[in-house]
Amino acid sequence: MLDVTTLEGADSVGKVQQMCAKAMRPLPEDPSVGPAGAVCVYPRMVKVAAKAVKGSGVNVASVATAFPSGQMRLKERLAEVRYAVGQGANEIDMVISRGQFLQGEYRAIYDEIASCKDACGEAHLKVILETGELTTYDNVRYASDIAMAAGADFIKTSTGKVPIAATLPVTLVMLQAIEDFYGETGRMVGMKPAGGISNAKLAIQYLIMVKEVLGEKWLNNKWFRFGASSLTNDLLMQIRKQETGRYQSGDYFTKD
Amino acid sequence: MNPHDFTSGDYAPAPESSDHISLKKSYDLFIGGKWVKAASKFDTINPATGKVIAEVSSAGKKEVNQAVKAARKAYDGEWSSISGAERGKYLFRIARLLQERAREFAVIESMDGGKPIRESRDIDVPLAAAHFFYHAGWADKLEYAFPGKKPKPLGVVGQVIPWNFPLLMAAWKIAPALACGNTVVLKPAETTPLTALKLAELLEDAELPAGVVNIITGDGETGQALVEHSDIDKVAFTGSTAVGKSIRRTVAGTDKRYTLELGGKAANIIFEDAPINEAVEGIINGIFFNQGHVCCAGSRLFVQESIADKVIRKLKKRIGTLKVGDPLDKNTDIGAINSAEQLARIKALVNAGEKEGACIWQPEGRLPRKGNWFKPTLFTDCAQSHRIVQEEIFGPVLAIQTFRTPQEAIEKANNTPYGLSGGVWTDKGSKIFKMTTSLNAGVVWANTYNKFDPTSPFGGYKESGIGREGGLHGLSAYLNL
Repeated sequence: MLDVTTLEGADSVGKVQQMCAKAMRPLPEDPSVGPAGAVCVYPRMVKVAAKAVKGSGVNVASVATAFPSGQMRLKERLAEVRYAVGQGANEIDMVISRGQFLQGEYRAIYDEIASCKDACGEAHLKVILETGELTTYDNVRYASDIAMAAGADFIKTSTGKVPIAATLPVTLVMLQAIEDFYGETGRMVGMKPAGGISNAKLAIQYLIMVKEVLGEKWLNNKWFRFGASSLTNDLLMQIRKQETGRYQSGDYFTKD
Repeated sequence: MNPHDFTSGDYAPAPESSDHISLKKSYDLFIGGKWVKAASKFDTINPATGKVIAEVSSAGKKEVNQAVKAARKAYDGEWSSISGAERGKYLFRIARLLQERAREFAVIESMDGGKPIRESRDIDVPLAAAHFFYHAGWADKLEYAFPGKKPKPLGVVGQVIPWNFPLLMAAWKIAPALACGNTVVLKPAETTPLTALKLAELLEDAELPAGVVNIITGDGETGQALVEHSDIDKVAFTGSTAVGKSIRRTVAGTDKRYTLELGGKAANIIFEDAPINEAVEGIINGIFFNQGHVCCAGSRLFVQESIADKVIRKLKKRIGTLKVGDPLDKNTDIGAINSAEQLARIKALVNAGEKEGACIWQPEGRLPRKGNWFKPTLFTDCAQSHRIVQEEIFGPVLAIQTFRTPQEAIEKANNTPYGLSGGVWTDKGSKIFKMTTSLNAGVVWANTYNKFDPTSPFGGYKESGIGREGGLHGLSAYLNL
């Protein structure tokens, strides 16, 4: 259920290749662990990632639409989506225009999401609300409703690039929105909290919330993802601890 | 199951152990600081298992008289001679001892009454302690509570309490009485006497002067004898409206003071602009808290017609997750029905609801074979003329009606002989003020339900009772001002 992520200016071919290796086989000696749901990269790295994970079942997700701010004309943002899909991305993580949302231009938000969905073609669309900038639960709820109505396959909390990323309360609001949307339309929408979920103990709180609000149908990588970069190794450490009763040092887990 | 996979697991049993509690096989009456034998005894039963927990004494007229005499002696003697600050010390001591023994009290409360340990542990026992703490603080400040007055105690108070919150009701009654300088004869309910008797042991340990609190067990006749006794100055009663009416007849023509906290049929009103998920939690809490054995239970749900389908869908889904079973299991949401008699009463009213044409819904799943159980139950398509809307069921049964306008909600909500409590759910502040001032109910919660606090007065309109308990209002009911 992990989107193993690197979104840095410094991302290079080598870095992305190494991360993909890790995503495909997180625990070298135990193939039953993993693989990750997807690797998440910038558009320029999609081709590298797609080649690296080919045949492994790991999806390639790409952020697009002038990530992380979204402050660009829709035309260029849609071109970016098409480019990423053309490079081999099967999942697109778009950002909404928070500025316009806060100006009250909700129609524009609906339209940009619907156009992105079109531009995605077969690729899955995750819509990043950047809840840390929307700030109120009412805004988060409204943005969730708009995104789902406009065709989002997933709704996602954050880019990871602003100080306040995913929190449990914000995720609860979004899960409730998904539950209501499902109740009214019968269409399932996925959830992706991202940013700040760096250890297994916190992750399990999210999973329990998903189980309580949406039920077990959502507890798989088709409908739920964590966007995280450092969660993987803590997870592996906990798995190892459960098996052996002891914590291993960080050197026993690969760092890619 | 994959060892890394927790998705398929249900909740494992998480029973609270009962090996740490100490219970005698047989209890006498606590009169004048001593344990006094009575002529006859009766069993108190665990409603979840049907097993006898202990045997308790049945106080007859003779023992009631003995208890009132002991209370009078204590009132005329030591208790009147000590200062308010000294009385406060005793109350603080009782509060602290109760906190220290919270776990034992919680387990016994759940065993004797059938309520989930989660509630007895998190609500009943802590709130009982809070009532002692709160009133302990008033004991030496009564003149500041009622400026310009010279507050004096009433004398001997006879108190009769119900089986739904046995320890908490004992605390509601004893704490203000003692803080104001009265002495007490308390009669706990027939089916739930144990925590009151444990409280008597605790009062011994607190070295409360003999006779200040007397605890006598028995059935309705014991309560009747206490209320009728000529040497009590006040009756404080919590229980059914039928018994409340009979008490009022009994005290008529005497100069006994009385407070009555009786039944209810609260309207919980959900507007279309309410936070729906939160409201659903509030509805669940309102009606299924303590198996619905709550006088202020939100047993009539009024949903604005525009959101009725959505609310009912969510309500059903949520009810499907409630766990009915072993009261001592920490995961249990709904415990055992308090007694076989109460179960029969609930079943009779539910049958009446079906016959009158309301539409019943209950979740899947089986109930335990032994003991008294009832599934959480919804009735939709209800009308004001249905018995399940008019009569207090005192069980986990919710009657749902729809309304179109605030005026209609107010009219229907007030169209009942009761008036104890109510709930309003809306995001609009002005609507909250309009509704809460229009509802004829002693307590109205806005965007929450079943919130209790010793500082807040509690009591009813109309057939829900007379007088208030808690806060300054509750204090004044134990004083000559």
